[in-house]
Amino acid sequence: MYATSYHRASSVEDAVKLKSANEEGKYLSGGMTLISTMKQRLAAPSDLIDLRHIPAIRGIRIEGRKVTIGAATPHADVAASRELAAICPAICKLAGHIGDPHVRHMGTIGGSIANNDPAADYPAGLLGLGATIVTDRRSLSADDFFTGLFETALEEGEMVTSVTFDAPEKAGYAKFNNPASRFAMTGVFVAKTAGGVRVAVTGAGSSGVFRHPGFEQALASNWSPDALSNVVVDASNLMSDLHANAEYRANLVKVMAKRAVASAG
Amino acid sequence: MTKVTLTVNGRAMSGECEDRTLLVHFIREKLGLTGTHVGCDTTQCGACVIHMDGLSVKSCSILAVQASGSTITTIEGLAGQGELHPVQAAFKEHHGLQCGFCTPGMVMTAVDLINREGGTLTEETVRAGLEGNICRCTGYHNIVKAILAADAEMATGRQAAE
Repeated sequence: MYATSYHRASSVEDAVKLKSANEEGKYLSGGMTLISTMKQRLAAPSDLIDLRHIPAIRGIRIEGRKVTIGAATPHADVAASRELAAICPAICKLAGHIGDPHVRHMGTIGGSIANNDPAADYPAGLLGLGATIVTDRRSLSADDFFTGLFETALEEGEMVTSVTFDAPEKAGYAKFNNPASRFAMTGVFVAKTAGGVRVAVTGAGSSGVFRHPGFEQALASNWSPDALSNVVVDASNLMSDLHANAEYRANLVKVMAKRAVASAG
Repeated sequence: MTKVTLTVNGRAMSGECEDRTLLVHFIREKLGLTGTHVGCDTTQCGACVIHMDGLSVKSCSILAVQASGSTITTIEGLAGQGELHPVQAAFKEHHGLQCGFCTPGMVMTAVDLINREGGTLTEETVRAGLEGNICRCTGYHNIVKAILAADAEMATGRQAAE
């Protein structure tokens, strides 16, 4: 790892100030991607601004069916929240299958979505739920937030502070793990929300997480796994790599979507 | 150089290190506690698992400065005076190790799992709980057996205490 300077932010304002004073710096949340990337010398931020010790951006708040999850909330807390599981079990299940138990104790929702790894789970969950991503300066819909491979709408120095969503009527998540890394080779999140049916796919798209309008229409008229049988999944925009080619992933997208609907609660 | 202060196995400890120093290197080289191992160095194998503020974490993927101020338990902190921790005793009894390299991480993972889900563990949940730990010798079978036995033993202990 290249040399770096560590700063521990005490508040959101403090973090943003530290970031603007250190242009080549990076925000550090759980570090489950960033520290590994730095160890491989694929990233060399001059400064790290640690967000894990800002109480205001940690924790889960539920008011009626409105859910707010602080950006620095670890995956393990989301997975274990009984209050959240009572109204949106799919997001708890999703969080409980990220990485492994040790990674889930450190990794955070804000870090995951700001990184927007094309095989990460949370982007599918938040896009599927139609969540709102709140930053230090504005609110963005998930549709506008995730813009491409490791790309988001976040501006220079902007940090995620929380995500909010209304608990859906029903939602489910199914993922086909890469057996070595536990990243999604394909993961599909389906949700029946007040704004309609939403289906989001991770791990498969060559431009990162995406919605599948064909699945959404089919499920809107008939919420059942069988409704997806005749919907075509176009392989031309899917990833091909050593784990699976695009055609294989196209099939996985449909299989995972069906399982997600079947498991939805 | 930055001063890092930790409570390790019940004792206040501190040392100076670069900001880029990994927690596992700090523990092994500055504090001299070499029971925590570095296996893969890529967050996959789990040989470096310790407890930070009561939760299992991979110390090869955390900077020592990130951990400063926290309470750490390493494999050296488990055993009582002259007596193995029930998980350690179960690994010995059920031959849950061969070369032993992954064992510190396996034991720390098992203790964390029992702390969180003790009394409800099954073969399936133990195997899921070991997702972040790799053993290249045992085929996991005896590790799973040892953890289930330790869980049962510790549950009996809890009942006896009540």
